Amino acid sequence: MSAILLQGAGAGAATALSPFNSIDPNKLVVPSRSSLSVRSKRYIVAGSDSKSFGSSLIVRRSEPLIPNAVAAKADTAASSTSSKPGHELLLFEALQEGLEEEMDRDPHVCVMGEDVGHYGGSYKVTKGLADKFGDLRVLDTPICENAFTGMGIGAAMTGLRPVIEGMNMGFLLLAFNQISNNCGMLHYTSGGQFTIPVVIRGPGGVGRQLGAEHSQRLESYFQSIPGIQMVACSTPYNAKGLMKAAIRSENPVILFEHVLLYNLKESIPDEEYICNLEEAEMVRPGEHITILTYSRMRYHVMQAAKTLVNKGYDPEVIDIRSLKPFDLYTIGNSVKKTHRVLIVEECMRTGGIGASLTAAINENFHDYLDAPVMCLSSQDVPTPYAGTLEEWTVVQPAQIVTAVEQLCQ
Amino acid sequence: MATAFAPTKLTATVPLHGSQENRLLLPIRLAPPSSSFLGSTRSLTVNSLRRLNHSNATRRSPVVAVQEVVKEKQSANNSLLITKEEGLELYEDMILGRSFEDMCAQMYYRGKMFGFVHLYNGQEAVSTGFIKLLTKSDSVVSTYRDHVHALSKGVSARAVMSELFGKVTGCCRGQGGSMHMFSKEHNMLGGFAFIGEGIPVATGAAFSSKYRREVLKQDCEDVTVAFFGDGTCNNGQFYECLNMAALYKLPIIFVVENNLWAIGMSHLRATSDPEIWKKGPAFGMPGVHVDGMDVLKVREVAKEAVTRARRGEGPTLVECETYRFRGHSLADPDELRDAAEKAKYAARDPIAALKKYLIENKLVKEAELKSIEKKIDELVEEAVEFADASPQPGRSQLLENVFADPKGFGIGPDGRYRCEDPKFTEGTAQV
Repeated sequence: MSAILLQGAGAGAATALSPFNSIDPNKLVVPSRSSLSVRSKRYIVAGSDSKSFGSSLIVRRSEPLIPNAVAAKADTAASSTSSKPGHELLLFEALQEGLEEEMDRDPHVCVMGEDVGHYGGSYKVTKGLADKFGDLRVLDTPICENAFTGMGIGAAMTGLRPVIEGMNMGFLLLAFNQISNNCGMLHYTSGGQFTIPVVIRGPGGVGRQLGAEHSQRLESYFQSIPGIQMVACSTPYNAKGLMKAAIRSENPVILFEHVLLYNLKESIPDEEYICNLEEAEMVRPGEHITILTYSRMRYHVMQAAKTLVNKGYDPEVIDIRSLKPFDLYTIGNSVKKTHRVLIVEECMRTGGIGASLTAAINENFHDYLDAPVMCLSSQDVPTPYAGTLEEWTVVQPAQIVTAVEQLCQ
Repeated sequence: MATAFAPTKLTATVPLHGSQENRLLLPIRLAPPSSSFLGSTRSLTVNSLRRLNHSNATRRSPVVAVQEVVKEKQSANNSLLITKEEGLELYEDMILGRSFEDMCAQMYYRGKMFGFVHLYNGQEAVSTGFIKLLTKSDSVVSTYRDHVHALSKGVSARAVMSELFGKVTGCCRGQGGSMHMFSKEHNMLGGFAFIGEGIPVATGAAFSSKYRREVLKQDCEDVTVAFFGDGTCNNGQFYECLNMAALYKLPIIFVVENNLWAIGMSHLRATSDPEIWKKGPAFGMPGVHVDGMDVLKVREVAKEAVTRARRGEGPTLVECETYRFRGHSLADPDELRDAAEKAKYAARDPIAALKKYLIENKLVKEAELKSIEKKIDELVEEAVEFADASPQPGRSQLLENVFADPKGFGIGPDGRYRCEDPKFTEGTAQV
């Protein structure tokens, strides 16, 4: 198939990192994958009729490339790349740091949501920001998700860059009208006249006995909305990086955080960095099987990976990070290497991210699969309050181990 | 430094005119019975409603129906409400609105435009009355009945007609259609198909204005006018935004175009308390009722509301009693409305009323009005010709503008961004 040839040519291309929007290239370090060849991010919009891609692409090095040390470490969480010591912090502090840096950098960035100001955010992500930036820049809204999300969209259309917080992602169900109709679609229906550079963020996922309504996974509901991007953070490093990238993006981005991951501790670089919104993250390279995951399930997978390694398996773990669109390059390269795919997610079985990912992999990489794609998702059950029941609705490491053993027979 | 809002300061309501004490002594005045505010529902009358809402009747709101204000003004100054130039401007705008909509109907039945088309015939006084007071940088947010709002705001007839025909030269490149008229140049923020969903967007635009003034320290006096109908006033988004606008004192004017009908649902059958203007004071802003068939009265109220907003005194809720001469949309057979009701409002045609005023007060001659009508006819004809001659969008336009940054389509299996695929600009790429 010609696809294979293109793949090879693309891999050989020299690389350049094009500056994003108005970022000062000297200050910015964009991490990329080291085990996979880094490809050009400078895109050609005009039609190109060249059949070979490699050397004919114009290369321009605008900033130094620092390979991502994420891939090098086997079992630890993604960590910083530089040789400097960095500083240690918790995930919610990393989000706060990213947000604060962006607010310092651009006075048009503002925050709106319930209890984000004086209270400091129900998960402390906006702690201290109202004191520093004032009540208008860190706006405490009344409890009206639909209206304040729409207000954020209207503000974005007229030049501001709001970061809209849903106190719990589930509350954004009330804002679905605005997110679907206006956030996603207005750029298109206005013929490109208005941009909506909002970031909609908040904690979702199954927590510790929070009950059904506070344990929802909205990524599956939002994924069909055209015109939006969805990313999920899982470590302090990528939380800060994705937050900054989302704020700088001209597209509306929904950033999914997880209630149980806010207190993860990690050391992150002192210098400024952002994470690419459309790329997946290689957590642990391997040879036998590709495990695709995101958010909290990444940790269940890594825990299962320890057991699997002891049993002699070599799983490749990828945190897909970008829930919409999928990074089919990273995923595809992995599938082509291992020929087996296991998806581990917290979404519901029906219509979840895993369901879409399974379809995408089958469509694009069918020839490379030695076994059917297996998807482990949460049960199609409203999350029960009882601890034991709740545990059984989400995927546990033991199930992941069993699934890998089954696939690798 | 941190507290820009002290809760205690936000509880005072600001009256539209005069001091608060005087307002409290005046009774709540409704429109005089002859104007039949309550439309054609036979069993409900002004008085029976007052009995039903007895508890509300004892509340004193700080506003007064505008007919009285206008009469006072006129008798006080003994002068005219508008100059000749203003009169001609208003007349031209209303004639443009009417002719354009009539042409839309023709074109629709000839198969030049499709889908849902909602015409504004009869309501021109509201659009002209408000929008002609705005500057280019003020924002307007509307609903699906947005053609005339766009025209009044300055979007060219050509651009609107092309958009309706679905051509590339339309104001939204043919991608929006009748219900989504947008113009960045003229700050027309849409055009929304679902009722109520534009109101938060308008609130956001007003928030932007306040933010620029107070955070970015820019010279920004821009106001936002949000137009919507009586049906929308039963929707949650309306109330949520009334609350936020009053809370944050946003420079916004909420204009209710109460034409008494939401498709086939009479306002009286859908609303527990049909007097929408009364809902303003409940949220801490003035609520004003005005005769929306009279462009001069609307203009007087609009002046006051816009000035209030520019001064930073916050939002106003204006209810315009108006009527649409046609059905809800071109697909609506309009069988439910009483012929007598339609005739009564047809007799109050805003264009005829303005014409009468201009001629009786010797501001203009009949010939000047005729020449305006002719000019507009030609303009609208030309717009149709332009739209007819314009090309349809090509396949290449399909994938553009979905994202402001097309990298949002992601990375394909070959490692390139999907938008780098040459087929992307052809509109045939796999995304």
